Amino acid sequence: MSTGTAQAQDGTAAAAGAASDVVCAVRDLVKTYPAVRGRRGAPALPETRANDGVTLDVRRGEIFGLLGPNGAGKSTLVRQLTGLMRPDSGTVTLLGHDLVRHPGRASRLLAYLGQESTALDELTVSLAAETTGRLRGLDLRAARAARDAVLEELGLTAIAERPLKKLSGGQRRLACFATALMGERPVLVLDEPTTGMDPVARRAVWAAVDRRRAHHGATVLLVTHNVIEAETVLDRVAVIDQGKVIACDTPAALKAQVSGEVRLELVWRESAPLEVAEVDRLRARAVESGRRWVLRLAPDEARAAVASITGGPAFAALDDFTLATPSLEDVYLALGGRTKGLVKS
Amino acid sequence: MSDRSTGAVRAALAPDAAATPEPEVAPAGATVGRAPAAQPAPLAPGARFFPSLAAVYRAQLSRARVARIPLLFVATFQSVGIMILMRGVVDGGSEARAVVAGSSVLVVAFVALNLLAQYFGQLRAGGGLDHYATLPVPPASVVLGAAAAYASFTLPGTLVTAVFGCLLFGLPMGGLWILAAVVPLAGAALAGLGAALGLLAPRQELATLAGQLGMSAALLLGVLPPERMPALIVWARDLLPSTYGVEAFARTFEPEPDWAAVAFDLGVCAAVGVVSLAVATRAYRRASVR
Repeated sequence: MSTGTAQAQDGTAAAAGAASDVVCAVRDLVKTYPAVRGRRGAPALPETRANDGVTLDVRRGEIFGLLGPNGAGKSTLVRQLTGLMRPDSGTVTLLGHDLVRHPGRASRLLAYLGQESTALDELTVSLAAETTGRLRGLDLRAARAARDAVLEELGLTAIAERPLKKLSGGQRRLACFATALMGERPVLVLDEPTTGMDPVARRAVWAAVDRRRAHHGATVLLVTHNVIEAETVLDRVAVIDQGKVIACDTPAALKAQVSGEVRLELVWRESAPLEVAEVDRLRARAVESGRRWVLRLAPDEARAAVASITGGPAFAALDDFTLATPSLEDVYLALGGRTKGLVKS
Repeated sequence: MSDRSTGAVRAALAPDAAATPEPEVAPAGATVGRAPAAQPAPLAPGARFFPSLAAVYRAQLSRARVARIPLLFVATFQSVGIMILMRGVVDGGSEARAVVAGSSVLVVAFVALNLLAQYFGQLRAGGGLDHYATLPVPPASVVLGAAAAYASFTLPGTLVTAVFGCLLFGLPMGGLWILAAVVPLAGAALAGLGAALGLLAPRQELATLAGQLGMSAALLLGVLPPERMPALIVWARDLLPSTYGVEAFARTFEPEPDWAAVAFDLGVCAAVGVVSLAVATRAYRRASVR
């Protein structure tokens, strides 16, 4: 359905029949940040192509994810989808509206949760929600009713009168998420919504998202660099690396791409016993970080490696090992992702 | 749908294979570069001007409780301290009127110009404008709401300073009602200027610097009696909008105030306020879509 830039010229795109179901269509989006001249204390930056021909479709009612490491171009993409930034070229169509020509319409179609809370920091949770509701066009009575309902739903009622500034990172994030739910919008764009949240708060977020999906058919566009979250909540995911979509499908289908491999992690007590021939041979295929080795191997290779290490002289030097099926991180690496920076938690 | 991305995956793994996509990946009639032809969804109503102005004003006012109280005290103490210093130099007459009026309007300059420039500079640098820019709210509501709130913050400090000054220099307090016009109008002019500076400055530090400089100018040119200044400085003084607030206020201490001149001074403040708030609104619009 959605395609990477490698295929953009091949004529693959949304099938005509599915077109009416596409909530957000992005075609060949390019955004380049100009070079920054060096100042004292700040190094010069070359011109950066943050989005390099991005093409994707988000369908009605799905939780669509943008997964990639920091600096991959996810936030730049989202800023163009929310009308905060104009692309250099390409089109963005949201619910039938051309957002490149009419960026102002984005605010009347979607709710956006950015990474920053500067605008709300000094307000109480309750006033932040109420004000956002009023600025989203609700009248006073409706804004107050929506505020009470949303704070109750997210379990924020007890801290409603505390300023955001005085809350912990996770609570503050949850309060910002509450403002994004004010004044129902058919599309929610959430930029790393669960950063810093404890599991209870995360569950509250995903339960709230699910409710909006079930009752209002809301569509969610989620930016994340957390692979575990991506695997558990997303319907489909576009893997983004260096400004390009390198893959786009359901998490399960993406993982099936690398299902021929398993991930073997070896943790040595001090250093790897390279004098053991088997260990020395594995080293060539390991990604080393300190005393931790990560290998991606075919299942029988992995089985043989584990057997020889745990049964041989290398076992004395081994601290721990895990054998796991591939995650989206492995997909990202297998697809040629060059940056480390995906989070597993 | 899981089969559809195999082409993409292979293309990424082996770029030369991308030239021959599998048949099911490229359905007939596919359209690239064209938006799906669907009926545009209805737009949610935008927020109207006055309700959103009220909402922004209320939210900004509440920030004072959390963040601004210490600085409001600073503004008042600064002005009171200046008047006490000047008491030793100035001895009644028009100079005393200028000092009291200048110190009172300085509170307005400190909060509306300096703090508002800092606030908008910080909001812009920290990505806080995104929050407002992704809400269907008229830009003027955000700028005017914030400016009005900052102008309101100055009212108690201005009153305290003016009353203290009148007692200190033995001036009549009967004319203090004019503050009800001076504070909002000088407030509009200075807050508009502060908002414009904060939103136009390319960097946050420059916004802070501009705000500080503006306040220093209001301090030096407003508080010191103009009779002792060289001509060049007097011209600079005439360019500063706060001067007209100071003059309007100072005139009302006279036994027979020249009301036409007071009205003219306040008119200048109002005109500067309108222009600078319009500039700030434009700057806001520009800053929120990059």
